[in-house]
Amino acid sequence: MIETKGLRKSFRSRQGREKKSVDAVRGVDLVVAEGEIFGFLGPNGAGKTTTLRMLATLIEPDGGEANIAGVDLRTNPAEVRRRIGYVAQGGSTWDESTAREELVLHARMYGLGKAEAQRRAVRALDAFQLTEYADRKCKTYSGGQRRRVDIALGIIHEPKIVFLDEPTTGLDPQSRAHMWDEIRRLRAEGMTVFITTHYLDEADALCDRIAIMDHGEVVAEGTPAELKREISGDVVLVAIEGSAEDAGKVLETESYVTKLETSDEGALRLYVNDGARDMPQILRALDGAGIALSSIELHRPSLDDVFLTKTGRSLRES
Amino acid sequence: MKFARDTWLIFQRQFLLLVRQPVWLFVGIFQPVMYLLLFAPLLKPALQASSNAEAYRIFVPGLLVLLAIFGGLFQGFGLIAELRAGVIERSRVTPVSRLALLLGRSLRDVVSLIAQAIIITVLALAFGLSVFIGDLLLAYLMLALIALMTSALSYGIALVVKSEDALAPLMNTIAQPVLLLSGILLPLNFAPGWLQGIADWNPFSWAVDGARALFAGDLGNDAVWQGLSVMAVITALAVVWAAREFARSVR
Repeated sequence: MIETKGLRKSFRSRQGREKKSVDAVRGVDLVVAEGEIFGFLGPNGAGKTTTLRMLATLIEPDGGEANIAGVDLRTNPAEVRRRIGYVAQGGSTWDESTAREELVLHARMYGLGKAEAQRRAVRALDAFQLTEYADRKCKTYSGGQRRRVDIALGIIHEPKIVFLDEPTTGLDPQSRAHMWDEIRRLRAEGMTVFITTHYLDEADALCDRIAIMDHGEVVAEGTPAELKREISGDVVLVAIEGSAEDAGKVLETESYVTKLETSDEGALRLYVNDGARDMPQILRALDGAGIALSSIELHRPSLDDVFLTKTGRSLRES
Repeated sequence: MKFARDTWLIFQRQFLLLVRQPVWLFVGIFQPVMYLLLFAPLLKPALQASSNAEAYRIFVPGLLVLLAIFGGLFQGFGLIAELRAGVIERSRVTPVSRLALLLGRSLRDVVSLIAQAIIITVLALAFGLSVFIGDLLLAYLMLALIALMTSALSYGIALVVKSEDALAPLMNTIAQPVLLLSGILLPLNFAPGWLQGIADWNPFSWAVDGARALFAGDLGNDAVWQGLSVMAVITALAVVWAAREFARSVR
């Protein structure tokens, strides 16, 4: 549904007297399949929004190619516009308009007739549980309601693909859960959904496939499960009552420990192939050496571990 | 066809939002009425006009041109608010005509200006102004061109600078010399030769001369076609440029 090759964009910016060129996106290759929720995961400033805006025809790429819903982005952006929907991060509604007015206008900007636009607006208001507020001004809506209007605007013309830029940023946990349901519903209706997010749990729970982006490049791509499997094995965190170093010496020699890190606070980080099978052995080894431990935890690898391995940083820190 | 339809669509939306905020009407009428009531009485002696009607015939067209220039130049502020709300970006993702995004808005400005001009003309008629309807309509055409030009310019500049903080001083800087050098408030007949020389380079002084000739019933005066042509050419340039700004990547 979407295929890009070497998509690039740089911006000129000025720092003091010096003019600098910043490479926001440096060669992105992506394949997004029909009917999936594809997630772009990465810290702020990674180039997610810039890539999305290029795919949505809002900025012109400096180089590379993209085919979107069967149309070439570089040669026929007008046709791309007809086939996609785009929901910006910062919202898109006018304070003094009502949701119904916005929906009708937006549908008509896609060339629909007045009667058809009104029918679609009614349907969209109903689907997004907005009927009750349909004729109130947008400035009276809650954050979650307003976000739902944004999404409804993005799909009013029934596009094949919808791009959602950080659809849940700034929403409270409940509205966020609602939004996930809405996005899954779009997929169920046969739409391809392309979202950006910097929430690990969102990428994990919502997306069929994700691409991890950092410094303008895709550093990993796959299903969340695949990516986590790449980080071979599990992590066992052990907190020691006495000297962590002594405990480290004991565990170092155990064959199932693939890697061992000692942290300052007397905790050990053990990388093992299968945490559930290896934990009893760890306990036995420590017990045999007479070392008492205050806690032991098993961690399945998270997408943050994937990010950490690929970039050397934690997404939570960046 | 699509372009005309799109323009009408944007115009309807903008016009609806405008009439929903009737404050603009009050503000838009109050100020020119103050000029008529408080400034015009000075004019008869200052211009050595033979009658009030004579003084209004010189002053009212100038006042209307002034309103068209200022009314247009400050429309960009509304666009910056729309940019910030994401309305412009949302429009640009659709296949809607970019020229329509501009013209729909500018035509709303033209219509509201002409409404204002009609009210002021009617008031001035009550004060003794007299003008032929045909001449008046041509003068309104001149005003429409000016409003279209200045609002298009203002939208274009708003899209470039993207901030009220930059737009306000910029617009004031443009408006002030334009105003002083156009002979709007007082005819430049009184000006020394060098000042008149500079004023000849101000396109709006051509517009004011043309409008004054029309209000004087002097349809055959060269100033009429000259003023209209100068305005038409600059308006076309301004619209083309601003529409390109709507089409360009905004970031």
